[in-house]
Amino acid sequence: MEAGTLTRSRAPRAGLRLPGIGAGLGRGMVVLYLSLIVLLPLAALTSQSLSEGLGHFWQQVTQPQALRSLKLTLVASLIVVLINAFFGTILAWLLVRDHFPGKSIVNAVIDLPFALPTIVASLILIELWGDKSPFGVHLAGTPTAVVVALMFVTLPFVVRAVQPLLMEMDREMEEAAASLGAGGFTVFRRIIFPNLLPGLGAGVALAYARALGEYGSVLLFAGGLPNTMVSSVFIRQQIESGNDTGAAAVSVVLLLASLLCLAIVSLIQRWSLRHDRGSSEFIPTLAAEGTGHGGGQ
Amino acid sequence: MTANPASRWTLRVLGLGYVLLLLLVPLGFIFYKTFEHGIAPPLDAITSPDGLHALKLTLLTVAIAVPLNTVFGIACAILLVRHSFRGNFLIDAAINLPFAISPIVIGLSLFLLYGTTGWFEPGLAEAGIKVLFSVPGMVLACIFVSLPFVVRETVPVLQEIGTEQEQAASTLGADAWQTFWRVTLPAIRWGVAYGVVLTTARVLGEFGAVSVVSGSISGQTQTLPLFVEKQYENFNLPGAFGASVLLALLALTTLLAMNFLKRKEDA
Repeated sequence: MEAGTLTRSRAPRAGLRLPGIGAGLGRGMVVLYLSLIVLLPLAALTSQSLSEGLGHFWQQVTQPQALRSLKLTLVASLIVVLINAFFGTILAWLLVRDHFPGKSIVNAVIDLPFALPTIVASLILIELWGDKSPFGVHLAGTPTAVVVALMFVTLPFVVRAVQPLLMEMDREMEEAAASLGAGGFTVFRRIIFPNLLPGLGAGVALAYARALGEYGSVLLFAGGLPNTMVSSVFIRQQIESGNDTGAAAVSVVLLLASLLCLAIVSLIQRWSLRHDRGSSEFIPTLAAEGTGHGGGQ
Repeated sequence: MTANPASRWTLRVLGLGYVLLLLLVPLGFIFYKTFEHGIAPPLDAITSPDGLHALKLTLLTVAIAVPLNTVFGIACAILLVRHSFRGNFLIDAAINLPFAISPIVIGLSLFLLYGTTGWFEPGLAEAGIKVLFSVPGMVLACIFVSLPFVVRETVPVLQEIGTEQEQAASTLGADAWQTFWRVTLPAIRWGVAYGVVLTTARVLGEFGAVSVVSGSISGQTQTLPLFVEKQYENFNLPGAFGASVLLALLALTTLLAMNFLKRKEDA
């Protein structure tokens, strides 16, 4: 392979320079833009949450309705990502390995939740599954509504994370397993599933981060009843009643949870890069369970 | 996997049933519901002064936020890919933040920064600039939520094309701008375009963050998504569905554009 010397001779600074301003000034402007748009507001949020001391912060986060909303958010999001991990993997498999009429339409429509404004989704959901439901199914204002709304907005994540892995997967392994007498389910469990795990993990973590913060789609459909109030709706309510510090405190908790999800995604990505996708060595570290031993012997 | 017919059909029923119930039925339903009583009621709602104003304001936020984030996105991607630097991983991490943060938290952050007790209040009040409950705050919210898309779509394309052609261009005497316009930009254009489509879709539909900073005053600080909510709250369903169908059509256009660009990128 030509790789070694060629890549090393390619100095990191070779190639395109940032036109007009050069790298130093360019970096300065990028950092300035990021700070003004993203970092400064987040700093203001954090500072406000701690403005009356750590004790007050803790008291705001642990007041009954705040805790209840956090619990609902964490649990509903977990249920939702598990459901979407299951259906998302099936859909990715159908889109890569199966052939059926209308496949390209299904493939395109998977991204609908990314493109459709969340408030529109909420409006449709409440008209479809609310009191006036044409199917006679009344979910509006129940915790199930939270789950359904979140299922809608996070549907694409797992599909889009698993699909490329499935496309690139080496089919020889599966054929070898099948020729050695493994049935369809065994091939899936021992060969396909372990290879899909990095994508599945990243997709689930991204979906979870999205679900934790979702607001628009839940708003009309699930509403702000005590047993359907997710944290984002609770924060909104606190802002409206003038409790900025309480709103900021719960926001910081949500923020930390989302950051954790992002960190997990980037860890998974780094692992996959280092181990070159598909190698089975690193999978046991991802899933402590023994499903990944396939290629180990 | 050589799935037997029975399990293949099980997977089809499960997967396609899920898509049908969760995506296609709602999508069809919104069109049915909107035009149930003809085209007049939704059309009246959108062409009402408040509806038109909401549409105009939505387009204005797109016209400001999308170009800014596109220029930033391309510049940032070039920095991340072409200029290795120890601090790059921090920039890279900060760019992903808007993906993970709740729109409501974004709205609250801006609300606190520019509000009456915020850090900028004395200076802004003196200069007579109103950020909250007016257009600047809404634009800032839109820029925040849609910031990562162009960077995220451009970085992989930039990595993939490598530097050989750029080096050749500069060897032949092209300056940085010429190299950028003639070599780099044509090579990354579909990736950038994909990012622009995602940015636009996000700005058009942004609800949570904008709702906190705008105050949602009819005919003044209402974008289309806020208009949908207000109409629903006022029990004006034709109005809510009229604006929703417009947004849904824009979403479908987005899907078509994504599909088209993905094919271009792969080609």
